[in-house]
Amino acid sequence: MALLADTTVLLGKELRTEFRSRELLTTTVVFILIVIVLFSFTFDPTSDESRRFGSGLLWLAFLFASSLMLQPCFLREQQNDTLSALRLAVDEPFAIFLAKLTANTVFLLLAELVLLPFFALMYNVPVLRVLHWLALVFFLGSLGISVVGTALSAVSAQARMRELLLPLLLLPLLTPILVASTEVTKGLLDREPFMQWKGVVILAVFDLVFLTALWLFSEYLLEE
Amino acid sequence: MGKNIFAAALVFVLLGVMVYAAFFIAPVDAKQGLIYRILYLHVSSAWTGLTAFLIGCIANLLYVWRRQPRWDWLGVAAVEVGLAFTTVVLVTGPIWAKPVWGIYWTWDARLTSTFVMWLLYISYLLLRTLIEEPDRRALLSALYGIFAFLDVPLVFGSIRWWRTQHPQPIVMGGPDSGMDPTMYKVLMFSWLAMLALMTLLLRQRYKLEAMRSDVEAMRHELEAA
Repeated sequence: MALLADTTVLLGKELRTEFRSRELLTTTVVFILIVIVLFSFTFDPTSDESRRFGSGLLWLAFLFASSLMLQPCFLREQQNDTLSALRLAVDEPFAIFLAKLTANTVFLLLAELVLLPFFALMYNVPVLRVLHWLALVFFLGSLGISVVGTALSAVSAQARMRELLLPLLLLPLLTPILVASTEVTKGLLDREPFMQWKGVVILAVFDLVFLTALWLFSEYLLEE
Repeated sequence: MGKNIFAAALVFVLLGVMVYAAFFIAPVDAKQGLIYRILYLHVSSAWTGLTAFLIGCIANLLYVWRRQPRWDWLGVAAVEVGLAFTTVVLVTGPIWAKPVWGIYWTWDARLTSTFVMWLLYISYLLLRTLIEEPDRRALLSALYGIFAFLDVPLVFGSIRWWRTQHPQPIVMGGPDSGMDPTMYKVLMFSWLAMLALMTLLLRQRYKLEAMRSDVEAMRHELEAA
């Protein structure tokens, strides 16, 4: 119960910090938008081609954006010397991670929510009829990215060349997320949309495995 | 010294017998002819690489738990040796694929996942070069190693789900799988020889890492003095 209370307080802090400046959200949204526009030059963006490549492009953009967005997650605490204070404030270090990863999931989902209409309009793929299924995939995918990304941003913050290191550590680990979310999204953007439950299962298993691992190892990730 | 030379000689003999068995004892494959014989190197290296990564993961867990430097040394030694064997897999695969499939590389499930696994462990080694302080390097790289190992089955599972062209497993594969008993015996022997080679390399690399750690400690002492 203490875990839940700690997490709620810390989550409030994370959200307040972000919504004061909205720095992360704006930069992430603009970054994904740039990728989406630039990608249109790499293939013939007709409706059929977009259905084939669109989901992959969308998820790659999310993955790259998150590898940038998750950088400051622990770096900020370290630079402001607030990490020790955070650790003293909670019973279980997992609460720090839980709050941060929830906040990151919320930020990613918000960015995706802003960008989905643009994507649908610009690439001419209808999304409204499958919105509830898309929401499920986006949630599970973003959660997976945030779980692993938050853990690894604690690792990379303690190393040299951290800005370069985080994508190197994070992106290969996220392969299952990219594969599963892209495939499920592709099915949903099809002319006759269909749901691939197997992909959803892969996403759920990924989230569960790494959440458990994070819960088990979180105290070591923040050791001084 | 004598023990090392004896061990190396033993591994050398085992590898020699493996080459002989692969070329002269195992029968020719009915469909693929001679080229299939690369399987004895390819498959046994793949299994040995995975064994090394498993050892690495166990060492990582033990380091996090016990905090003894030796588990860190074993961890990095196992990952480097595993990477060497996986590189052999990634090189021998295309040599076999060109005559049989007609192309060197295809983005098939097992090829792609092996490549992703290789990249994961390259990242592990990169991470180690970017943290100066030995204890922190050991702990954080151990944690990343555990994450990477957990990811491997997920990578294999997810990619396999949607594309595969690689021959299906012949050992413990399915009801229609299986191979000639002589081939099976030669393959198992090849794996044994490769495991012996792995053990030899692991031992040497572990010692090297231990010496490195000593040198590092001495340098710190000198700088402090």
